[in-house]
Amino acid sequence: MADYHWPPTDKCSLIGRRISRLDGPWKSAGRIKYSYDVNRPNMLHGKMVFSPYAHAKVVSIDTSAAEKMPGVKAVEIMTEPGKEVFWVGHEVAAVAAETEEQARDAARRIQVRYEKLPHLVSDVAPSKAGEHTKQLAEQTDGNPDQALQQAEVISEGEYGASVITHCCLEAHGQVAEWDGDDLTLYASTQNVSGIPGEIAKANIVSSADKVRVLTPVMGGGFGSKFGADSWGLACARLAKKAGRPIKMMLERDQELMAAGERPSMYAKVKVGAKKDGTLVGWQSESWGTGGPDAQGGAPNLPYVVRIPDRRVKHTAVLTNIGPARAWRAPNHPQMCVITMSALDDLAAKLGMDPVDLLQKNIQMTGQLAKTYSAELEKASQLMDWKSKWHPRGDKTSGPIKKGLGVSMHTWGGAGHPSNCNCVIQPDGSVSVSLGSQDLGTGTRTVIGIITAETMGLPLEAVKVNIGDSKYPADGASGGSTTVGGVSSSTRRAATAALNQLLEKVAPSLDAKPDDLEAVDGEIRVKGNPSKAIFWKQACAKLGTTPITGTGQRQRGNDDLLSSGVGGAQMAEVSVDTETGIVHVDKLVAVQDCGLIIDLKTAESQVYGACIMGITYSLFEEKIMDEQTGRCLNADLEFYKLAGIGDFGDIVVHMMTGPGYDERGVIGLGEPPVISPGAAISNAVANAIGVRVPTLPLTPDKVFAALETKGAVA
Amino acid sequence: MAKKEDPKDPESKSKEELDKKRALRRREFVKLVGGTGVAATAQVLAGHQLASAATTTVPEPEVVGSAKVIGPGPATMTLRVNGEAKKLTIEPRVTLLDALRNHLDLTGAKKVCDRGTCGACTIIVNGKPTYACGVLAIEVADRGGKPGADIRTIEGLAPEGQLHAVSASFVENDAQQCGFCTPGFVMSCKAYLDSHHNPTLEEMKQALGGNLCRCGTYVGVRNAVVQAAMSMKGGHA
Repeated sequence: MADYHWPPTDKCSLIGRRISRLDGPWKSAGRIKYSYDVNRPNMLHGKMVFSPYAHAKVVSIDTSAAEKMPGVKAVEIMTEPGKEVFWVGHEVAAVAAETEEQARDAARRIQVRYEKLPHLVSDVAPSKAGEHTKQLAEQTDGNPDQALQQAEVISEGEYGASVITHCCLEAHGQVAEWDGDDLTLYASTQNVSGIPGEIAKANIVSSADKVRVLTPVMGGGFGSKFGADSWGLACARLAKKAGRPIKMMLERDQELMAAGERPSMYAKVKVGAKKDGTLVGWQSESWGTGGPDAQGGAPNLPYVVRIPDRRVKHTAVLTNIGPARAWRAPNHPQMCVITMSALDDLAAKLGMDPVDLLQKNIQMTGQLAKTYSAELEKASQLMDWKSKWHPRGDKTSGPIKKGLGVSMHTWGGAGHPSNCNCVIQPDGSVSVSLGSQDLGTGTRTVIGIITAETMGLPLEAVKVNIGDSKYPADGASGGSTTVGGVSSSTRRAATAALNQLLEKVAPSLDAKPDDLEAVDGEIRVKGNPSKAIFWKQACAKLGTTPITGTGQRQRGNDDLLSSGVGGAQMAEVSVDTETGIVHVDKLVAVQDCGLIIDLKTAESQVYGACIMGITYSLFEEKIMDEQTGRCLNADLEFYKLAGIGDFGDIVVHMMTGPGYDERGVIGLGEPPVISPGAAISNAVANAIGVRVPTLPLTPDKVFAALETKGAVA
Repeated sequence: MAKKEDPKDPESKSKEELDKKRALRRREFVKLVGGTGVAATAQVLAGHQLASAATTTVPEPEVVGSAKVIGPGPATMTLRVNGEAKKLTIEPRVTLLDALRNHLDLTGAKKVCDRGTCGACTIIVNGKPTYACGVLAIEVADRGGKPGADIRTIEGLAPEGQLHAVSASFVENDAQQCGFCTPGFVMSCKAYLDSHHNPTLEEMKQALGGNLCRCGTYVGVRNAVVQAAMSMKGGHA
């Protein structure tokens, strides 16, 4: 019988290789239909009315004029009079009409009266936020006061990262279509299997099994597309009222105002060490905002490097900036920039190379100490750190100052619940089905590779069915949990199906099922390749009944997967002291993630994370106006994303081989996006001699820093 | 509209000429819908409060020659898309992007920023990479018996089931993740390589500077354009 454990990587023909993503041709040919692209017969278009105020009570909504507008077929109230809206962009009502233009016209004719209420949209320090605060945590470990008192060197500073948005290129939204009591949702979602339950909970259908969610591909989520959302429910209700399918996608301004943001985090930090660099104590008072609720919990500072004596206090500032949603590695990039900046400043004060400081304290990283040490070494080599690094402040003449920075990060990445069916047909065809989704991470390809590897077949021989809630339930794709979950369930399902086939075939090869293996398109006797039968002939022995193997990610410890990764990154920057512009010349990312299924898409995840990291380090910020409470850059001209020419080289190195592969599969999406902010901020400090305290490192902040003591001339 | 020209592009020498042409096109459009007056036209363009436009008192428009009044209601027009004449009845304010996506089911060009910033809707109009969200369909439709602009969408690059060389190099170099920006990148890349057979990587970065990706696929795109340039060299794939 085939064993479900991962084969040794040197025996694999597909796992661990560089394989192009299965849905690549669909995407680059422009023919695959995203939710935004679905055009159903007789379909209407929906548009929303949203609050122009950051905080207000809806007094009345008059839809009568809108209902008389040309083409209008249905209207839906999304915030009932008497209820409050908590940010500009908060949905109030929706309308469906024959054309997009008519729907937009009609939305403008919905008369909403508001009673304005006081708002706060700046993420000021808690002392200035009045009653808009909520203390989330205060924790003391050991004796930080004594430790900091006895420290030989103390470094103090204020660090942080501002609010940014997800800015998915495919806006949030869906097409809803009814057939009697059955609802089909073509939803741009990270949670195909979970949406039907939400629709049922909202009493839109009599039971969850009346809902089918279809998401073959989706145009970016990054943590902001887990729920059906109020617009999903409204779209389904509008479609029911109108008796016709409706497409309702957010327009770009609402997407940036109301579809989620990454909370800010700032901290006043005091950190102490002995003269040899041994870290002895940490104290931080942090705050940040994630909208009107205190979501996301308290940060666990210091990050990665667990200084035993510490006191941390965190206060949430409650604001009307929009709703917090998980943003790739929630909280980690913020905690990372705070911690790694503080340690970098401490290293500068000690006169130490920051890599040496991290190596000196590597045992404080815990179980992954060896991994971190190796990753720092590898990154140093790829950056040529030793020969390029200089103490704070580039002393060379000229306006361009160069510098290097380093950071480390961590993430869990254990697989989520996952179920898989694998079917072998008598004609030899193989399919696997899971109610999972591919956000562009390569999930579909990973599933295909594992199935084909298990069956000893080429990748093209396997059909992967995902993105449909009728398939076996799978977890939401968030927190780098998908690849572990689907890898385990798929491997188990494929092995179970194969074993049934081996039992059928064994008599004809005059062997026991245990002695058989599936390799190179054949079922053959182990150690005797001449005793073999082609895959198709083997499957023909099934007669008329296909085989179904089922697989489930095991609860608790699953020996096909693991969790807990490290990662080290180094940045090299040029700072133009005449313009204040920071350019990332080179970013080195060294990352472990256990067993890699597809090296090509794995590397793409890391490249992409680095670029997203450069973007939030230098360009991205949700800019709010306190007077009006509005977001001033809810568009793509002024909500800045990096373009293809806005950075230099990115070097990615995946840690594989002994010590890594046998850990099994671990998620990869989040970890590499965590460190760029800290590595780049540290590199800028190294270049110009002083810290630019908060991300993004925009020219105005660079200029302000250049005015401070210690800056390069 | 059309993207920033490469200064090294020999065709950009005639920039003044182009500007003149563009200005002319805009004037022609104003003329087309000029019957209800310039102020009303502005409102049609902005898509604002159509109903009130009728009651607005407007000065007599300056009409040169005989102008046919089109809009604000739906008008029948013909677009030349991927070599085929497509007749459709839409309001004059409908963008080329919405006409393609909502009325012709050509959804390869994506709607992201809807205001000429991100490049996700890039198509090729008369050989030039063009943001389809920044053009009204009526601007490029047949007019006065003359065929309209030659509109090429990504669906026209290769028959279904086949890949154009540029698309293939995007697959090979994994120059896509969620893929929502990918068709726009492919079209920008194709349009540039059609007229620049030996581009350097720096030139390609300039040429693709009008396309944005959120997943961060630019490293793959850089590699893809180098490969695409090689495979398209000396000919139009």
